Amino acid sequence: MVTHAHADHARPGCGSYLANPETARLLRLRLGAAIAVQELPYGEILDLGGVRLSLHPSGHIRGAAQVRLEHRGEVWVVTGDVKTAPDPTCLPYEPVRGHGLVLESTFGLPVFRWPEPAAVVAELLDWWRGNAAEGRTSLLFAYALGKAQRILAALPAGAGPIFLHPALEAPTAAYRAEGVRLAPARRLAAAGARGDLAAALVLAPPSAAAAPGPGRSPAARAFASGWMQLRGLRRRRALDRGFVLSDHADWPGLLAVVRQSGAERVLLVHGSAPELARFLKEQGLRAEAAPQEAAGEEDEAPP
Amino acid sequence: MKRFARLVAALDRCRRTREQVAALADYFRDAPPEDAAWAACLLLGRRPRPAVPTARLRRFAAAAAGIPEWLFAACYERVGDLAETITLLLPEGRGLEGVPLHAWLEERLPALRGLEEEAQRGCVLEAWRGLDRTARLVWIKFVTGGFRVGVAQGKLVRALARVSGLEEARLASRLAGGLHPTAAAWRRLLQPAGAEDDDPGRPLPFCLAHPLDRPLEALGDPDRWRVEWKWDGVRAQIVRRGAEALLWSRGGEVLNASFPEIAAAAMRLPGGTVLDGELLAFRAGRPLGFERLQRRLGRRDPGPRLLAEIPAVWMGYDLLARDGTDLRDHPLDARRAGLEELLKTAGDPRLALSPLLAVAGWGELRRLRDEARRRGAEGLLLKRRDAPYAMGRRRGIWYKWKADPFRVDAVLTYARRGHGRRAGLFTDYTFSVWDGGELVPFARAYSGLDAAEIRAVDRFVRRNARERFGPVRAVRPELVCEIAFEDIRRSARHKSGVAVRFPRIVRLRPDKKAAEADTVAALRALLKEKETAPWNEPPSATS
Repeated sequence: MVTHAHADHARPGCGSYLANPETARLLRLRLGAAIAVQELPYGEILDLGGVRLSLHPSGHIRGAAQVRLEHRGEVWVVTGDVKTAPDPTCLPYEPVRGHGLVLESTFGLPVFRWPEPAAVVAELLDWWRGNAAEGRTSLLFAYALGKAQRILAALPAGAGPIFLHPALEAPTAAYRAEGVRLAPARRLAAAGARGDLAAALVLAPPSAAAAPGPGRSPAARAFASGWMQLRGLRRRRALDRGFVLSDHADWPGLLAVVRQSGAERVLLVHGSAPELARFLKEQGLRAEAAPQEAAGEEDEAPP
Repeated sequence: MKRFARLVAALDRCRRTREQVAALADYFRDAPPEDAAWAACLLLGRRPRPAVPTARLRRFAAAAAGIPEWLFAACYERVGDLAETITLLLPEGRGLEGVPLHAWLEERLPALRGLEEEAQRGCVLEAWRGLDRTARLVWIKFVTGGFRVGVAQGKLVRALARVSGLEEARLASRLAGGLHPTAAAWRRLLQPAGAEDDDPGRPLPFCLAHPLDRPLEALGDPDRWRVEWKWDGVRAQIVRRGAEALLWSRGGEVLNASFPEIAAAAMRLPGGTVLDGELLAFRAGRPLGFERLQRRLGRRDPGPRLLAEIPAVWMGYDLLARDGTDLRDHPLDARRAGLEELLKTAGDPRLALSPLLAVAGWGELRRLRDEARRRGAEGLLLKRRDAPYAMGRRRGIWYKWKADPFRVDAVLTYARRGHGRRAGLFTDYTFSVWDGGELVPFARAYSGLDAAEIRAVDRFVRRNARERFGPVRAVRPELVCEIAFEDIRRSARHKSGVAVRFPRIVRLRPDKKAAEADTVAALRALLKEKETAPWNEPPSATS
């Protein structure tokens, strides 16, 4: 059962996969067309040996799902990665009620409060315009699946030339194929003479080390991520700017998910799980940090 | 206040020198003098005194944010900066506050300092409500005494030169003695050239040594160079003018109060003299180590007991002005000859002459460098005999060639998350060495690893954490690192019995097992070697 198609969830090597149809298409893109995927649209119920299982939008990225499990009247909800902020590229998070909740708490501290996405996009446009006026390429790091497309969807058409790092081409094409409206963008390989990039915005995955700026003036570098809320992380990556744009719930968002679920028991995974668990306990809920799988601890590390 | 906060934010955001200078020039072009003077002092490293204890500030902030104090602590641990944590936790302020920078620093914050907790709470909360986020961050850093946003003096000088039309050299020289945060001092700094004679009591910009970055042979004939010990003390100029003698540090502080006996000795020099040298704690012909000197530095008006316990000398090595004439353009040899003459005439043992080391060839120099540490010096200085006294750090005139540090292999035993740029990553490490079958902590080190190595160690800590003590993780003792340090001394406060100076990580030693790390006995051996080394060439005033 795969909640969404990010690489740390969409692992190869399973005999069969269960996923929502949008996630299934992204899975085939990532793992090959030959994998066996059973598609389960949002809201439909699958009976698995007496457990009624259904998927519901989690708002994280396109196709991302929460899993609702019901057995003899007891309901548990596993949120997977979840985002409560609006995102035009996917269905909004849908509150699901349950007796128990397994919640991802990557940003489970009250210092994480996201600004309005529209205000962040306005800042981004300002930064891009300022760089373009000085003939400097704007290099924006964003996760290849989800974040990059969310940014493309938010940019007004005609804002300027946009280029995509090769790693972003396939997921962007997949979003377009499903009818998501994205600002036009060209492949980086199609950039010809060096002047092409001077006023351009280049979207690249965070792992892209080399800045593809035109020879003389190095590109201005920025990163779109919830982690950019912290000044230290911005400075560590030697970024010109950090745009606070996250595909995860912030502190108020997490508390809203807990409240709307009506759950009496909450298990927290990732990030500040022990802290959020303690806070919820003080609010009278039965909450605890779920024991982490060995590899899971690494997800905690900020970029 | 708002404008200064915006300048700080711009300096934080801009990585390029050109942009930083432009941001500075924008600010100083039309900042009122009383604010501009404070802004420049702050950016050059002046820290406001803490006004509210940080524990109180944390309580105020947790209450204002409506969260329990333990959660505030968890946030701080994650963010790695107190002012930023508070700024992120509080709702956006009104941004209406219009108190100017100098009024905060001269009146409001000093007044806040004297208040009881409840009264402080009222003032702090009101300020938080009135300030926007950018200004709040800077304001909290003032209140905690932790304001540390700085710019290199060179950048500030460039910006001020652009704004005022004055030459950079003149501005640098006017700034050399430090700047007072007053409108009058600001106007004096920027007044047109020639309208005044620059304050005669001020020091001259220091000439700084460049690290030796080439083979010795590339320096040409050894006979073109003068060689001295590189002292591990505090650089200080003696400016003897009129009725006073001032002892100036590189940071632009007057050190007379901490070293009254040196200041008194300097009165023996003729008026119009400027000398460059180094303050050292010194007894029986050898330096006593930097930590002793620090005790002297930290104490104003030392009593006779401290003066007797830790005697100081000033070790001279250059002459910058004589009889009021600037000699900085003269070759080193001529300046040195003048210096020797002046110190001989003064005839005071507390004004010593840094000895020249006779070096027949580069090979002999290498041997001397290996000896430096045992003689209480940090390494060697090479100065070109025909070179002028330059302003700042110029290549090819003075080279410093530091001795190799002490090195040991130690095991990582504890780690905690770093601050600032390293927030969130485990970057503060405690290293231990073996004492019998037990690992004993002996040094904490933060620096020396590159970004990729920091990530690797961070992953190691996350995977190998055995126990959690709040922010600290005890890790399985498996990772061996080579640790370098500059000095070692006895310490009753450390479990290992020794304290080391400026420990840092040289490299990871994945090839070594924990059992192969060094021992306390090995550290004691280093200490013994250092303490018993001969000093058979005591410096004297008449080399």
